Amino acid sequence: MADALFWIGGGLIVAGAMLSVLGAAGVLRFPDVYTRIHAASLTDTGGATLMLLGMGLLGPFGLITLKLLLVWAFIMLTSPAAANALANAAFGSGHRPRIGNFQIMGEDKATDAAPESAGKERA
Amino acid sequence: MTAPVLEASFALNVALLLMLVVLAAAVVWTRSLLAAILLMSVYSLVSATWLMVMDAPDVAFTEAVVGAGISTIVALGAILLTRGEAVRVSWKRQVVPGLLAGLVGGLLIYAMSGLPDFGDPASPANSHVGRAYLETAKRDIGAPNVVTAVLGSYRGFDTLGETVVILAACIGVALMLGFGPRATLAPPAGAPGDHHVVLRVTAKMLVPLIILFALYVQFHGDLGAGGGFQAGVIAAVAIILHALVFGLRETTAAIPPQAARAVAALGVVVYAGVGIVCIVNGGGFLDYDHLLTPQIEAMIPAGLLGDPDKPHHWGQYFGILAIELGVLMTVSATMITIFYGFAGRTIDAIAAELRR
Repeated sequence: MADALFWIGGGLIVAGAMLSVLGAAGVLRFPDVYTRIHAASLTDTGGATLMLLGMGLLGPFGLITLKLLLVWAFIMLTSPAAANALANAAFGSGHRPRIGNFQIMGEDKATDAAPESAGKERA
Repeated sequence: MTAPVLEASFALNVALLLMLVVLAAAVVWTRSLLAAILLMSVYSLVSATWLMVMDAPDVAFTEAVVGAGISTIVALGAILLTRGEAVRVSWKRQVVPGLLAGLVGGLLIYAMSGLPDFGDPASPANSHVGRAYLETAKRDIGAPNVVTAVLGSYRGFDTLGETVVILAACIGVALMLGFGPRATLAPPAGAPGDHHVVLRVTAKMLVPLIILFALYVQFHGDLGAGGGFQAGVIAAVAIILHALVFGLRETTAAIPPQAARAVAALGVVVYAGVGIVCIVNGGGFLDYDHLLTPQIEAMIPAGLLGDPDKPHHWGQYFGILAIELGVLMTVSATMITIFYGFAGRTIDAIAAELRR
């Protein structure tokens, strides 16, 4: 039983780590700000969930489980809010999502004219 | 069973240290100051992880809270006042600093060969004072966390000095940047739109929870990693989060800059006052065994907080509690004052920009 828990917990932690690596790859490879934020935030919460679940299975049941649960609640609250704020700030400073079919995975340049008030609005 | 564990921790050490080297190189390399600040934050987080691997949770906690947390916020406030790009310097002007840095780095690497091994029981740090503290802390102080016993009691005078240094930093920053937003200045025009609703709701939920966590860290310092320094920074972060999301006017309405700077000074007074009370009661400065007079100590019920058979070190207990409270007050109020200083300047700059 303890052995099975060890392997399941370890597997969950490795799966969470893999998800985080995938997220990092997404941040580097995706074409524009919004898809990158998407990749980062989804894999962040998902990877953290898997890892905390794995840690909960590896550790003794009790106060540590409760603390991991609190950490999870904190991440589920803050990470999506941070992603939202990031996307909000990107939109406010003039970045627009790339829509449509495009081949060149160029760097994301905010060519579209930023509204004049954008910089002031952020502050 | 021990061998694989050792190898795993060795691999972890190597991986973390390599990450630190890469991050440091990236910080030097990048031209964008914003990127440099965020990389420094990641650097602090990785070094906190590494300190955790080295079984130093107190140091790791401080590094995570101060290095990755508050100093990032202060640095971000600083680049809002300047520009976000590093100035290009011609290579001729980089020769002498480069040589100097190389020389000092080489000397440090050379000096490394004289250091004792990690965890060496025969090293000077571990064989004299360190071992004495470990052996006597439980008997003298009664606090389960030896780090707290050393910082708060054995070396309470040093920690008082650190608290005064933080107050001095508070005064220095306030003298350069001002104490906070100018009361006469109108807020920047334009009502904040309603597109920050997610942030506002989240922050509203988080601010009390973060302060609760700060109190947990404060009062848990006797038992585990934590104490006034970390708790003070965490409490200040809650206030700064409030200011960032709801605006400086709302925050200064709740915590005026005058109150913040008064609390910063009051913390040092509380700390030093504990020392004075010890002198008045017949001990030395910060000698907590004399903090409580025998009459007061007799009033404490025998079984309170622990084993009734063993004598409890009530003087030490309340002494450490009180000085940690002083540290909490000074650290949190200093961080808030520094933030107010930067943020007030930023508002000034934006207002000047808008008037132009």
